[in-house]
Amino acid sequence: MGTTLAQKIWQAHVVRPGTDGAPDLLYIDLHMVHEVTSPQAFEGLRLAGRQVRRPDLTIATEDHNTPTLDIDLPIADPTSRLQIDTLRNNAREFGIRLHSLGDADQGIVHVVGPQLGLTMPGLTVVCGDSHTSTHGAFGALAFGIGTSEVEHVLATQTLPLQPFKTMAINVTGRLRPGVTAKDIILAVIAQIGTGGGQGHVLEYRGPAIEALSMEGRMTVCNMSIEAGARAGLVAPDQTTFDYLKGRPHAPQGRDWDQAVAYWQTLKTDPDAVFDREITIDGDSLEPFVTWGTNPGQGLPLSAAVPDPVAAPDDETRLAIQKAIEYMGLTPGTPLKEIKVDTVFLGSCTNGRIEDLRAAAAIVQGQKKAPGVRMLVVPGSARVRLQAEREGLDRVFLAFGAEWRNAGCSMCLGMNPDQLAPGERSASTSNRNFEGRQGKGGRTHLVSPLVAAATAIRGTLSSPLDLNPELKAEV
Amino acid sequence: MEKFTTHTGIGVPLRRSNVDTDQIIPAVYLKRITKTGFDDALFAAWRADPDFVLNRGPYQAGSVLVAGPDFGTGSSREHAVWALRDYGFKAVLSARFADIFRGNAGKQGLLAAQVEQDVIEQLWKLLEAQPGLEVTVDLTECQVRCGDLVAPFQVDSYTRWRLMEGLDDIGLTLQHEGDIAAYEARRESWRPTTLPAKHLPDEPVVPARPV
Repeated sequence: MGTTLAQKIWQAHVVRPGTDGAPDLLYIDLHMVHEVTSPQAFEGLRLAGRQVRRPDLTIATEDHNTPTLDIDLPIADPTSRLQIDTLRNNAREFGIRLHSLGDADQGIVHVVGPQLGLTMPGLTVVCGDSHTSTHGAFGALAFGIGTSEVEHVLATQTLPLQPFKTMAINVTGRLRPGVTAKDIILAVIAQIGTGGGQGHVLEYRGPAIEALSMEGRMTVCNMSIEAGARAGLVAPDQTTFDYLKGRPHAPQGRDWDQAVAYWQTLKTDPDAVFDREITIDGDSLEPFVTWGTNPGQGLPLSAAVPDPVAAPDDETRLAIQKAIEYMGLTPGTPLKEIKVDTVFLGSCTNGRIEDLRAAAAIVQGQKKAPGVRMLVVPGSARVRLQAEREGLDRVFLAFGAEWRNAGCSMCLGMNPDQLAPGERSASTSNRNFEGRQGKGGRTHLVSPLVAAATAIRGTLSSPLDLNPELKAEV
Repeated sequence: MEKFTTHTGIGVPLRRSNVDTDQIIPAVYLKRITKTGFDDALFAAWRADPDFVLNRGPYQAGSVLVAGPDFGTGSSREHAVWALRDYGFKAVLSARFADIFRGNAGKQGLLAAQVEQDVIEQLWKLLEAQPGLEVTVDLTECQVRCGDLVAPFQVDSYTRWRLMEGLDDIGLTLQHEGDIAAYEARRESWRPTTLPAKHLPDEPVVPARPV
């Protein structure tokens, strides 16, 4: 019987196989570090008198706490400043490469790795951050770890792990105009639930996935964790190689040829069997938005807020009730009638150049709805510089949006970019948990296109609502 | 790490599913750089509500959390485990745990015991009918006991062994240093290194200002 892509990468990294129920010891090719989940790991090393085994396989950036305004001034919040300073001191002490605020390569760790060409097919990639699954878009086995594991990787460059199960997510057909990678993944999570991927690596396959750009594949893999999965994967292909070629850390010369020859073998064998398999019809997908307080509580934008009375069981009824109560919604309200206060464009899900371009194309020459605030936060400083070269900053500013420095920003509100209690957002980020974007804040997860259209109309909307002509193109 | 064999303590019924790590500990508390002292942050948003279970009578002294399915979803923050541990919890029972949370728990001596949902429902009823009732979580037998209720729980055998022996993962791995070095010697040259650092030409990043 053949093996899946995930199993192939796994097997290529076994340092020592586990016996009698013990886990395999797996080698880690690339370890990314940020300021929030690392201080206690470095402290652990210090207490045990241990060194970082491979500083040359480790890279750090500042992203979660960083302000998106006034980045040349001292960070106002003393606890945020302390955490950033701690990372700077640890990087210096242990000899780790760090991209600090103000540096052109600073940004969200999951945007920085790929843009430097460090993320590539066939690697194992870890970071103390659940959205490490993003890097699976390259055909790398990439997953989030806890702080104890961060310390373990720093000390040993390995991790003891029990094998993951595998699940195929087949996305058939061709997406319609206005439908994007974000809608695919929100539909997947709505179908399998926030625990549906538990213990699995999800391999996204099929024509609708193959047609996606690297940015789109990263958006899909990014939210694998919201389906409960350990990781997401897309088999590498010409799109992957074209994206990588010439990036600063991409292999060169003979190394490139050897790498590509190996990468071309990285696909699931035709006779391999997945532990589970589901299919999503890409042709019939619509823009998806969430109405509730977990990422599985999503529906097509044309639907209405669900009625708990219609729930199939008590547990679901209670979950719907609690969610719509927190969200301040009434059952039966069409989603398109929900008014928002804030639109957030950014995050490791949708803060890449393609996302900014797509949203800018919608808002160009339009006026922002009165009373709506729009925040545009590029995923990295390089994305920001690129966008400025293309004039996207001027498009957003003319529209009435705020143009910011790079970072995680309002995705989780560890910096000053937060929702006020009761405030409602349409957000291109990845989590709509209670209080995620600020205490009492209410989040609807959307694609960049829906975010842009929503900023114009003031209610949850898709570009199709602005320009019915788009429908005619189908 | 302390050895864990069996624990008996007050059970706390948490009638919620999908308790994500943002609820267990909101992001604002993640700015600390210590590994202890997170007890005040546990369920911070919910604890503002006087009716929240941890604000009611004997539950305040609880050490066995009985939660709905999909406990610990979301962010990888190990702070969620530290907050539960610092509050005094020794075990969490749920029908389904998020993978990263379960892994983090095992490394900090917090037992994440997987129990059938109908057992959870029975425990909720018992603990609500009799606040302060104790629950025993027996890792030797993989059994949960409360009043007349006796039910099995699942935990993977390696985590169970490590918890019962109180073993540190890094120490275990470093026993195989020779295997790691041998693996490193055969890694292909195309695999990337972060050092020496390579990047596109440096460019000034103009700070954005409030509008």
